[in-house]
Amino acid sequence: MIGLSSYLVLAALVFSIGLFGVLTRRNAVGILLGIELMLNAVNINLVAFARYNGDLIGVIFTLFTISITVAEVAVGLAIVIAIFRVRRTVEADRLDLLRG
Amino acid sequence: MTLNVGLPLLVLAMPFVSFLFLAIVGPLRRTGRGAGLVSIAAIAISFAAAVFVWTQGFVAERTWPWIPSDGGPIATVGVLVDPLSNAMLVLVTLVSLLVQVYSLAYLSDERPASLGRYYTYQSLFVFSMLGLVLAPGFLQMFVFWELVGLCSYLLIGFWYERPAAARAAAKAFWITKLGDVGFIVGIVLLWSATGTFEFTELFEKAQDNALAVPGLAVIMFLIYLGAVGKSAQFPLHVWLPDAMEGPTPVSALIHAATMVTAGVYMVTRTEPLFALVPGVLTLIAWVGAFTALLAATMACVEGDIKRVLAYSTVSQLGYMMAAAGAGAAPAGFLHLLTHGLFKALLFLAAGAVIHAVGTNDIFRMGGLFRAMPQTGIVFIVGTLALAGVPPLAGFFSKEAVLGGVWEAHLTGPFLMLALTALLTAFYMFRVVFVTFFGRAHAGGHPHEAPWLMRGPLWLLAALTLVVGIRLALRGGEGGEEAPAWLPPLSIGLALAGFALAWAMYQRGAINPARVASALAPLDYMARRRYGLDALYAGLYRGIILGFSRLIGWIDRYFVDGILNALTALTLRAGDSLRHIQSGRAQDYVYGVAFGVLLLFVWAQLWR
Repeated sequence: MIGLSSYLVLAALVFSIGLFGVLTRRNAVGILLGIELMLNAVNINLVAFARYNGDLIGVIFTLFTISITVAEVAVGLAIVIAIFRVRRTVEADRLDLLRG
Repeated sequence: MTLNVGLPLLVLAMPFVSFLFLAIVGPLRRTGRGAGLVSIAAIAISFAAAVFVWTQGFVAERTWPWIPSDGGPIATVGVLVDPLSNAMLVLVTLVSLLVQVYSLAYLSDERPASLGRYYTYQSLFVFSMLGLVLAPGFLQMFVFWELVGLCSYLLIGFWYERPAAARAAAKAFWITKLGDVGFIVGIVLLWSATGTFEFTELFEKAQDNALAVPGLAVIMFLIYLGAVGKSAQFPLHVWLPDAMEGPTPVSALIHAATMVTAGVYMVTRTEPLFALVPGVLTLIAWVGAFTALLAATMACVEGDIKRVLAYSTVSQLGYMMAAAGAGAAPAGFLHLLTHGLFKALLFLAAGAVIHAVGTNDIFRMGGLFRAMPQTGIVFIVGTLALAGVPPLAGFFSKEAVLGGVWEAHLTGPFLMLALTALLTAFYMFRVVFVTFFGRAHAGGHPHEAPWLMRGPLWLLAALTLVVGIRLALRGGEGGEEAPAWLPPLSIGLALAGFALAWAMYQRGAINPARVASALAPLDYMARRRYGLDALYAGLYRGIILGFSRLIGWIDRYFVDGILNALTALTLRAGDSLRHIQSGRAQDYVYGVAFGVLLLFVWAQLWR
């Protein structure tokens, strides 16, 4: 039996990898991938806690998260394509219209 | 009949009713001539009532409480009717009536709305002047004193679109205010010392020697300052010549016959109080005589017909004040009355001349007697009266003044006044010869004024003569003890002045330019008004503008400086802080992640 803490450590690792990706990737698609990793780390936590508590609340919640994530990725990719059409680039460093 | 104050109140009320009517009913005011007729009707009723009051010799006093307090009212309003105010009522209403009739023709070119405004002001002025005359106490007198000052301001600035008129109005207002500050301070000090504003109470106290308050001389001097401003005494006389920017009838009414004599009237009215402070009286006499002489010299070099008359008014006011200061207040008051008649006559005649030729400069007139003989005759009548030729009114009152000053052993003022008499005859005949005789100048066809203007002129000329003859029949009033050599002396002075003017400006026997160069320093000074205007302008620039600049500097660099520093700081801070907004989403995520990390650390270490 794998203990709860192992799941949590795994989730923390995946979250950190995702955060690292979000912070360091220069490509907008890469950043979106990082975000996906972070969300999946959360999903792992929810499922692990559901199993640990012996009820289904966490699992149901995870289903919601997955569907929202799909929608989010669809919108995010659409934005990336729209930006590419206008700016001919998806480099995150060059998308600084809001600079003060 | 002695307690009847209804008629004097009617005299006072009619102009006020007319003023209210014209001020409130706009359409009536904008008819112009209609407004004039309303005002004239009101003043005519007033005049009839005043004549009745005067001939019946009403004497009455009636007051109503104004500012109530425990133990009797602090101040009252009311009317004080005695021979002094009765005579003044008749003079004010008579001259106002004639001037208002005259204005109907003189200002016929004005827009109707302007004419209506003119008559509204006129009504207000007559009401204020009558209120001043009837005042039974200092406080009411001061209120009306300021009201006539306001009317003077409004009427000098009647043609307010002319910058010179607007400036002259402001100048007149401020310079008289300078004296009025002394007046109100004196009134309040007198009240705090005696507890009353009422003339009759004050006179009773004066008679019972109950007025020996400390500093009475200072108080009376401060009150006299009000008269200095209003009656254009040296050194506050500078506003009166400039006041000639107003319409000529206004000059005749306000700046010759009535308002400017308010100061003399006040001193005459409160003579029992001034009698307690002989030092101030002597000062009044000296200042009056000096003013008379100074203004006469300035009149001798002036080329503007109205300004000559204005300086002559200042000079004659000096005469009245000198008489009041010499303890011959009745003589001064007599001169006030006769002067009111013939000076109004002179101004109105000058107005007719200006109306005909369209200029004020006497050297661009000339030979007008042929074109307008009637105006010429009445002007000469006025000139003779002013110069003091019997049997015209001015002779007797001027002689009474001279006699009174002589009796008071004021040799210095007497000599100055005698010299002034000579100069008066000189400058008046100078105007007569240059304007009405001599070579005619081209330019337009001067014509006699319409009868609405000639009527008042003839009436005033006749009155000048009639009053003079009555005075001659009754014998001198103030100068009964005058020495026998006085009448020949004053006639001689008048004739000498006449002869000098004739020789210089009619015969050309003496070249005026040569006389001017012989008396070059005096001529230079008189033409520059003895530098007094320049002095006031300098004081104004030096003190008031200097102070304003200081205040402006503080406002600009200190008050605004604080605000400017604050805004600059905010701007600067914003400018440097905006660099942390890189616009890159990842930098913000760094911030969030770092913040969360800090929160974790904080939660671990400081819980």
